[in-house]
Amino acid sequence: MELAFYASALVALLASLGVVTGTNPVHALLYLIVSLISVALTFFALGAPFAGALQVIVYAGAIMVLFVFVVMMLNLGRDASAQERAWLKPRTWAGPSVMAAVLLLVLLAALVRGDVTQVIGGGGTIEAKEVGGLLFGPWLLVVELAAMLLLAALVTASHLGREAETDRAPGGES
Amino acid sequence: MNGIPMEHGLMVAAALFAIGLAGLMFRRNLMFVLMSLEIMLNAAGLAFIVGSTAWAEPDGQVMYLMVITLAAAEASVALALVLQIYRRFKSLDVDVVSQLRG
Repeated sequence: MELAFYASALVALLASLGVVTGTNPVHALLYLIVSLISVALTFFALGAPFAGALQVIVYAGAIMVLFVFVVMMLNLGRDASAQERAWLKPRTWAGPSVMAAVLLLVLLAALVRGDVTQVIGGGGTIEAKEVGGLLFGPWLLVVELAAMLLLAALVTASHLGREAETDRAPGGES
Repeated sequence: MNGIPMEHGLMVAAALFAIGLAGLMFRRNLMFVLMSLEIMLNAAGLAFIVGSTAWAEPDGQVMYLMVITLAAAEASVALALVLQIYRRFKSLDVDVVSQLRG
């Protein structure tokens, strides 16, 4: 279990680095899928199989399919790759990377010097039954709010995503 | 080895978050910016799951469900916007779309 956790965490970190430093959009997308699936594996190793299954189905399945379709519709080819390579100069990425590294150092120092003593493992897994009992018990209002959020996102996406045929009409903003 | 210390899980989440943040700042292509955002949201979800399993409480998984709901809503709206931006400007450069007038 420990080995699975550390190995999949390493894969997740490397794949995420591949995403942010990649130049080809399709390759970066595939790295992102690998990263999401290895985070799902860390969930399984930590003892949260319901969350891991959801990560695979919703994140790596549904959301990534959206990304793949959009990349296919945009038709990003070799030109986009060359453009990315031209933009990725050390002058561009050095400053933000240093800032993110300082933030990471502060976070890691806070974690190392903090008094976190919990150890994960041996406590059994958290099954879907317990999560479902909580979701439709004390957290019911949050579930309804999430449903409304998803409905709003659906309406927005279908409004924004249609072909803009009224673009040229005076005042007809799509 | 018996058990994973909670700090290690949180360290992985922090490292994923920092990688996503760096990508968010230095990429100029909107698709890559969105992918970095997904990495950051995923890191937040990982932190919730680590807390949930460390204390053996299922509440953290409920919050993780909210995080992926938010990620799905954000991804669908943002990708629709990306499609519209590409139709109008024929480019995904964030600097091209930095002015309000289209």
